[in-house]
Amino acid sequence: MDLTLSDEQRLVRESAERFVAGTYNAEHRRRMASEPLGFSAEIWKQFAELGWLALPIAEEHGGLGGGAVEVGILMEAFGRGLVSEPYLSTVVIGAELIGACGSEAQKQALLPKVADGSLYLAFAHSERAARFDLAEVATTAWKTAEGWRLDGRKTAVLDGNAAGQIIVSAQVADDNGVGELGLFLVPAEAAGLTKRDFPRLGGGRACNLELRGVHVSADAVLGDGSDALPVIEAVVDRAMAALGAEAVGIMQTLLDQTLEYTKIRKQFGRPLSANQVIRHRLADMAMNCDEARSMALRAALMIDAEPVARGRAASGAKAKIGKCARFVAEQSVQLHGAMGVTEELDIGSYFKRLLAFDTLFGGSAHHYRRHAALGGRTIQA
Amino acid sequence: MDLTFNAEERAFEQEVRDFIAQNLPAEMKHAQSLTPSVFSDPDIGIAWQKALHAKGWGAPGWPVEHGGPDWTPAQRWIFEAECARAGAPNVNVMGVKMVGPVIIGFGSPEQQNFYLPRIRSGEDYWCQGYSEPGSGSDLASLKTRAVRDGDDYIINGTKIWTTHAHHANRMFALVRTNETERQQDGISFILIDMKSPGITTRPILTIGGDHEVNQVFFDDVRVPVANRVGEEGKGWTYGKYLLEFERGSGIASAKLREALKTVSDLAESEATGRAIDDPDISMRMSEIEVDIDTLEMTELRVLSALQTGQSPGAVSSLLKLRNSEIRQAVTRLGVDVIGHDGLYVEPMRPFYKLNEAPGIPEEMLPVVPEYLNSRAYTIFGGSSEIQRDIIAKMVLGL
Repeated sequence: MDLTLSDEQRLVRESAERFVAGTYNAEHRRRMASEPLGFSAEIWKQFAELGWLALPIAEEHGGLGGGAVEVGILMEAFGRGLVSEPYLSTVVIGAELIGACGSEAQKQALLPKVADGSLYLAFAHSERAARFDLAEVATTAWKTAEGWRLDGRKTAVLDGNAAGQIIVSAQVADDNGVGELGLFLVPAEAAGLTKRDFPRLGGGRACNLELRGVHVSADAVLGDGSDALPVIEAVVDRAMAALGAEAVGIMQTLLDQTLEYTKIRKQFGRPLSANQVIRHRLADMAMNCDEARSMALRAALMIDAEPVARGRAASGAKAKIGKCARFVAEQSVQLHGAMGVTEELDIGSYFKRLLAFDTLFGGSAHHYRRHAALGGRTIQA
Repeated sequence: MDLTFNAEERAFEQEVRDFIAQNLPAEMKHAQSLTPSVFSDPDIGIAWQKALHAKGWGAPGWPVEHGGPDWTPAQRWIFEAECARAGAPNVNVMGVKMVGPVIIGFGSPEQQNFYLPRIRSGEDYWCQGYSEPGSGSDLASLKTRAVRDGDDYIINGTKIWTTHAHHANRMFALVRTNETERQQDGISFILIDMKSPGITTRPILTIGGDHEVNQVFFDDVRVPVANRVGEEGKGWTYGKYLLEFERGSGIASAKLREALKTVSDLAESEATGRAIDDPDISMRMSEIEVDIDTLEMTELRVLSALQTGQSPGAVSSLLKLRNSEIRQAVTRLGVDVIGHDGLYVEPMRPFYKLNEAPGIPEEMLPVVPEYLNSRAYTIFGGSSEIQRDIIAKMVLGL
């Protein structure tokens, strides 16, 4: 039982906080919003040089062999600056999917490119009708003589426009019917692939995908083609732990800024923070931040536990941090008064990023239900 | 980083489990399960204290030179968690966890030699004389006066909300020994023999139907000056030191988890018509379980800081707030779970000594009283409003 940072972890935190503080601000975010990718390819190169892209990748594939705790340390720092680089899509999700079920050849071909910054990845899984049910996929992959033919629609694919390779989930189908879930590597320029790219709530970009008769080769399937659902669940748990840590950074920044503002802003001849109603609200915000911190760390530390314990920790964290985040975000706007609802302050950007966090992979109600279901109990919807 | 206990700690966990299995009789466990109040009655509380003392575990948090077991913070956490899981009675915390640390920190060698062994062994039973009718959250305004007369103080005044004053043979109290400009500076910390002439105790029944708290009156009560802990006028400092222990003993999650399990078992039973099938009840169950996970993780973060010699910071207020809020949520859920049977009132106490079988399943008896009693959680030991004041000041620097 030791929850203190190691020296190495402390170094990662310090360098990430320093980099984020020196690079990201409102002006930078405005510039990124008009970039076609929604982020800076130059900064991505710096991420590579700093070793962050290699961080969770296995050493034999050009990585540093770090774990969810180290990723969480980075993500928390990213949250403080609302980093829009595709770290989640490429490193936390994409590289993890390849690492978890890719063949050795696929790992050798792709993971070093992620580590050196030359390949962006995206995960095309969610579909509108499925809402947040990871098992529900209508996209199909038909076995053909040359490989596979993919058909379907994917919704809100994070960083899909930037990705060189998109990992698409589909039901493996043949003349006997529809079978298990498979994951397929689809090159960005594949014929039959249409992308509707859009700016994403809270920064960065996403796209809706249509796959109409997209043909990929036989070796495009990740791994041996066995049911990918367990891997998808594991990697999404990992993504939720990482996002939880990012949310902690966002919430802490909102709390810091709101605290500062209530000390400076004077009404009725005294600072807002002199009023007990404001002080108590801030105390509640601080508690919510601390609780989110506990749950993000807990999810990261349990990420390698057996699937039920891991899934309950991840869903518990997503549900709880979502609740905490809503409170901190809404109260930050409230305590900034009318200025809080303008684009002139940073508060709104942080608020929107937390709203996006809450939506990604499902909100609190969804995850309380999964938490209960994994514990052997059904909550009627 | 590592969330799991090491091999040595797991071996200790097993030792505690074995000890409890051999020393916690089924009837004591049963009695505790039917106890709706925050404190166990002395018949089971003292019996459990004596069993722990016989093993050398009578004062888990004390240093070894005062008879503590020399446990690490992790061992203390494991011990408390295992006792909670097993449904062991609560010991007299006013002795072991409140006045004990103050006597160790600030008492004279004579006081330490006299009082500490009697706390460990369960021979003495303590109550806490802090609040007064006019001094609740504003504790420093207290008016009970102690006036020097030779080697004695003569005490006049009254204390209220005194838990188990009707059982206790000793009280630690904050009394006013001086009228000073800053009212905190005139307070002293004093140890009182409850059998002293001039002390009367009036019971106060609370809404759950339990007699837990009292009002205590002092009418020219003589207490030797030698019973004052530390310096005259420094009582506020000692009293606050004690409150840190009262608020953040830091190990509440295991008890909450057991309480939720009791409610969950009821909800899954036919006796409640499977209340769990109600989506509202089921959803609240999950929310509370996750809240307990969160509190536990915060406790472990504090524990980890303590283990490595760091100060956990002003976190005791947060732990106290969340513990009390979750306790209220669990007990409220319990009331909803038992449905119709929540209307049944059993006025007799304790529930484990009833003369005839109750009109509802026995395990439902404490449910409504527990909820009613739990309203006090956000009031005692510094109300939630006071805790938020402390967080604003100590954590946010406001």
